[in-house]
Amino acid sequence: MTRLDKLDERTDVVPASAESLAAAMRAALADVERPNPPGPLSTSLTFGWRALLKIKHVPEQLFDVTVFPVMFTLLFTFLFGGAIAGSVGGYLQYVLPGLLVQGVIMITMYTGSTLRTDIDRGVFDRFRSLPIWRPSALVGMLLGDAVRYTISAAVTISLGLALGYRPEGGVAGVLMAVLLILVFAFSFSWLWTFFALVLRTPGAVMGVSMLVITPLTFASNIFIEPSTLPTWLQAFVEVNPVSHLVTTVRDFMGGTDASGELSITLLWCAGLVAVFGPLTMIRYRTAG
Amino acid sequence: MAELAIETHALVKTFRKTIAVDGIDLAIPRGGVHGFLGPNGAGKTTTIRMLATLTKPDSGTARVLGRDVVTEANEVRRRVSLTGQFASVDEDLTGAENLRLIGRLFGYTGTRATRRADELLSAFGLSDARDKQVKKYSGGMRRRIDIAASIVVTPELLFLDEPTTGLDPRSRNEVWDIIRAMVSSGTTVLLTTQYLDEADQLADRISVIDTGRVIAEGTSSELKARVGNGALHVRVMHPADRPRASAVLARVLRVEIRDEVDPAAVSATVADPAIVTAALTALADENIELAQFSLGQPSLDEVFLALTGHTSESQTDEEAAA
Repeated sequence: MTRLDKLDERTDVVPASAESLAAAMRAALADVERPNPPGPLSTSLTFGWRALLKIKHVPEQLFDVTVFPVMFTLLFTFLFGGAIAGSVGGYLQYVLPGLLVQGVIMITMYTGSTLRTDIDRGVFDRFRSLPIWRPSALVGMLLGDAVRYTISAAVTISLGLALGYRPEGGVAGVLMAVLLILVFAFSFSWLWTFFALVLRTPGAVMGVSMLVITPLTFASNIFIEPSTLPTWLQAFVEVNPVSHLVTTVRDFMGGTDASGELSITLLWCAGLVAVFGPLTMIRYRTAG
Repeated sequence: MAELAIETHALVKTFRKTIAVDGIDLAIPRGGVHGFLGPNGAGKTTTIRMLATLTKPDSGTARVLGRDVVTEANEVRRRVSLTGQFASVDEDLTGAENLRLIGRLFGYTGTRATRRADELLSAFGLSDARDKQVKKYSGGMRRRIDIAASIVVTPELLFLDEPTTGLDPRSRNEVWDIIRAMVSSGTTVLLTTQYLDEADQLADRISVIDTGRVIAEGTSSELKARVGNGALHVRVMHPADRPRASAVLARVLRVEIRDEVDPAAVSATVADPAIVTAALTALADENIELAQFSLGQPSLDEVFLALTGHTSESQTDEEAAA
């Protein structure tokens, strides 16, 4: 409180008289230059810049993209390594690409609650009142999130390398894998933006997100070979888009041919955007 | 004929079962300040949201600066700006970053956006707080940065939704000065407020809004003429004296004396303030001890009482009960 007061005292120097204020205001308002309206890419990048500024001011939000990957990697590798693959080293080679995917997918769900908070604080109403391409606020937010996903991926890969993981696909394979994960995360996040606009509180958004993410990540080929599963579960694992993504990522990182699964994964990406992009925008347009 | 700033016909908006806006007709000329006066939940904010293209009307039409808010929404957005509880800045960013963000979104280059941000920060007396996160701003500073964010590109029409609600008197005066300064440089302002004195101070014309309808319209003196010139509030020292005080006031003032919720207080609307001195003397003659005796502007409640026959508060109670 005292700090606020002090700040207030120092900065509350509204020009002394109403006349000088009026003069300053007239000068500010006389500036009637109207810049050319920027295009969709430009406004999306501007919103991406906003997301980066938020990371700068609230670095705590990087906690989950650094600590969680470390925790998951250590936990799952050492917990299941012996039981599933007979050795920690052998399992790491199998599970690391999966953990990379899981780490990113898990943190995509923060997108929804962040958006909900923005809406509740009234920030999005200002954006919606601007003469810009409407999806750009959301696209920009997702672009900013790509930075967090990249950090998460870098942490998982570094830790994996330290533990003895060796990507046969080399640097190029790893980069392709990370790029594909980013594309998938961007596409998948439209599901969360849609939830954020349909549900009323950040808590509800998180709750529903968990409900979607848990089966998608665990009932997949991230941790195990699907051949060990009962048929009905195998059927789900096989259609699960996360499984396709994991297989492609494994192929890229393992240096094997990824082209077959890659097209299915990209189709899923296109499908997610095609369905949840417009649904999100309809809600966004009519919200409130 | 000059183009109107705002023109609506039978504007209606319903949320689930509640009718928020129930057939509003407006014809507001360009220039100056137009006030929307009404209690919470009267439909002021919903009306503004429709005019600012944030909410679509269920029926009726609205044109802002000659453009239809539904079919020419982007044209409207290019020309208007809004500030209110529902359209604010990003608390996590600094004042300067918020203004630069909006400048960039309007198409300024990086350097131009920074220059514009600094120009506005200094005009609004916020230069020293430019690099502080907005969440660390005081209430008054917060409201100023909100308004500054609305004029990064000078709008032709500015919507201000309750710009002074919750501010201390000094910050409120600063916001008033800002609004006057904007009007003097030619911006049209549509202001919503719950305070009669705010509308009185700033607005050229006032629409009184209640339960989604415009129930009266005019200049502040026209409205006050309908309400009475002054609101007399008397509080006696001993609640037991209230009936006597009430009788004395009724005799001298020859108007209806209302009992307040406070068991020691009464109020009345007085047409001629000169007669009030006589009432004071009469109370002293009767040895009625007074705790408070004041003559002021009619309150929003009194305006409502005069215009609708009920106070704004009892209105909300009825709504809650319904």
